Amino acid sequence: MDCVPRTMLEKIWHQHEVIPESADTPAVLYIDLHLIHEVTSPQAFAVLGERGLSVRRPELTLATLDHSTPTRTEQIFGGAPIAIESAARQIRALERNCALYGVELLGLKSEQRGIVHVIGPELGATQPGKTIVCGDSHTSTHGALGALAFGIGTTEVGHVLATQSLLQRKPKSLAINVEQRLQPGVTAKDLILWIISRIGVSGGTGHVIEYRGAGVRALDMEERMTVCNMSIEAGARAGMIAPDETTYAYLAGRPRAPRGLDWEQALVRWRELPTDGAAHFDREVAIDAAAVEPMITYGTNPGMVIPITGKIPQRANDAAFEQALAYMGFEAGARLQDKSVNVVFLGSCTNGRLSDLRAAASVLRGRKIAPGVQMLVVPGSQAVKRAAEAEGLHAVFMDAGAEWRESGCSMCLGMNGDLVAKGEYSLSTSNRNFEGRQGVGARTLLASPLTAAASAVRGRVTDPRELLNS
Amino acid sequence: MEPIRILRSRTVVLSAANIDTDQIIPARFLTTTTRDGLGQHLFADRRYDAAGAARSDFILNSAGARHCRILVAGRNFGCGSSREHAPWALLDYGFRAVISTQIADIFRSNALKNGLVPVVVDAETASWLFAHPGAEVSIDLPTATLTLPGRAPLSFPLETFARNLLVNGIDELGFLIERDAQIGAFERRRLGA
Repeated sequence: MDCVPRTMLEKIWHQHEVIPESADTPAVLYIDLHLIHEVTSPQAFAVLGERGLSVRRPELTLATLDHSTPTRTEQIFGGAPIAIESAARQIRALERNCALYGVELLGLKSEQRGIVHVIGPELGATQPGKTIVCGDSHTSTHGALGALAFGIGTTEVGHVLATQSLLQRKPKSLAINVEQRLQPGVTAKDLILWIISRIGVSGGTGHVIEYRGAGVRALDMEERMTVCNMSIEAGARAGMIAPDETTYAYLAGRPRAPRGLDWEQALVRWRELPTDGAAHFDREVAIDAAAVEPMITYGTNPGMVIPITGKIPQRANDAAFEQALAYMGFEAGARLQDKSVNVVFLGSCTNGRLSDLRAAASVLRGRKIAPGVQMLVVPGSQAVKRAAEAEGLHAVFMDAGAEWRESGCSMCLGMNGDLVAKGEYSLSTSNRNFEGRQGVGARTLLASPLTAAASAVRGRVTDPRELLNS
Repeated sequence: MEPIRILRSRTVVLSAANIDTDQIIPARFLTTTTRDGLGQHLFADRRYDAAGAARSDFILNSAGARHCRILVAGRNFGCGSSREHAPWALLDYGFRAVISTQIADIFRSNALKNGLVPVVVDAETASWLFAHPGAEVSIDLPTATLTLPGRAPLSFPLETFARNLLVNGIDELGFLIERDAQIGAFERRRLGA
């Protein structure tokens, strides 16, 4: 091998170059795992049909249903019709396309179904060193295991189906060096919101972020997924974390992880992946994890975020800022703490994993959610749901007055009918607070599962540290 | 994809920064299995009131906007989700180019694959365009230049490969399929298959 120190991005990139990029032409990059779902795939399959093409590598393609899929048990298992007719058509289209092209589908009743970014790692299909794509921007999640994973559009979904390859320019590298550790009551969600507040919603554009440092090493796998998940909210197509013993312990024994001798050989390869000591990043940013506080958004993009104890900033002569505050019904200089919330959503590819449900349950156990608050708990996958039920978390949520649903994207983007009403405030553990994201006129406040649970109990925006200590 | 050499049009201006793909096309319109007819839902929550009537205060509902093919937008246009429905909706409405100081990565990639030209300009040019809504500008693809009225042509970044695809109206899939032998050789090397 050559002696030039390389970043993990450069190593994975180089290993997947079918044809390297030149001044005139992007690289042809090979894709190891292609995840597909019902919303961004039908038009791609249609192109295969129009051109008489097949799926080049069905065994490297895995499909599931999550985005427009209902979360009501009776619509999944009880024989009730799927309430939204167009969503039902999308689901049937994916079932048909997968059957026609020989792609494995973790379908409506599959025990392995779930949000595409939850099931990839959970099944052990997501592995260090892989290139992973999906027609969804939160594909960055999979980078938590040391993969190069990024969202693509539907045309590119078609490219990967037909050729298992993509035309790509190598992105720039951005190192986010996280020193120190998070304080009690402060979560990975708060860390990534803090990072976005520092670099901005377009600060990562054109870059792949590598999260590094002791503060990242100290995170468990699910926390790392939460961090990488929201890389796209900083404009970066991918976020990644070097694999280490935490990664290997997480992957060992998972259904699609290598076994036996294959596992030993994989470990040798994976240990080569981390960025070399003297490698150069195009940009570096330093973050002090110990300074991070529970964070909450006040506006209409994830960069409009403050510590929960803070005040909404003032920004003179900024029409977009004023419009965002008008949409949210907030005023510059005001505190968010103690603002009323109507809906609490616990779930999504950001915070729908078992550790997220445990965190929320630790606050809700023995407590009730405030009168008038609707709380929806949507596990990230059917496996998360079963594991939560096995340890009684569902009973904690239901005893507190929350609804317990089947897995899916649900209220994160409201495609399946799980919506927030106009003008209502939703404290949501999801990833986007865009105008209309959770429903026309819905007002979204993004925060951690701890903050969501504490705010559900009080019916008001609440610093979770107040309830964790009582 | 229709070949594009020169686009000349008056502009429509949406100067806000961070116009995300949920604003461009809200998620409830994504339960479709085709790419057609999305133009009617473009900026739906801005364009229509609760009863579905066009809001007179939104620029796309003005008489002049209907035939404009160039959208001028604030920084970080197209941020958010990977939904290709966003460029599909813009194209179906009639736009063929978006000008901004910054265009989000996935949106830019999706736009190029559908013949929607992403034009990234400096802050001064953007300010001029914001101050002159409806200005007649022209975009020349073979030279990758933008010309404002009475000014010299201004280069914008568009790599040769993408430019050739746009000018000739061809897509990347054909290019990839022609590399079948190299892809096969790579697979044999990497996967032993």
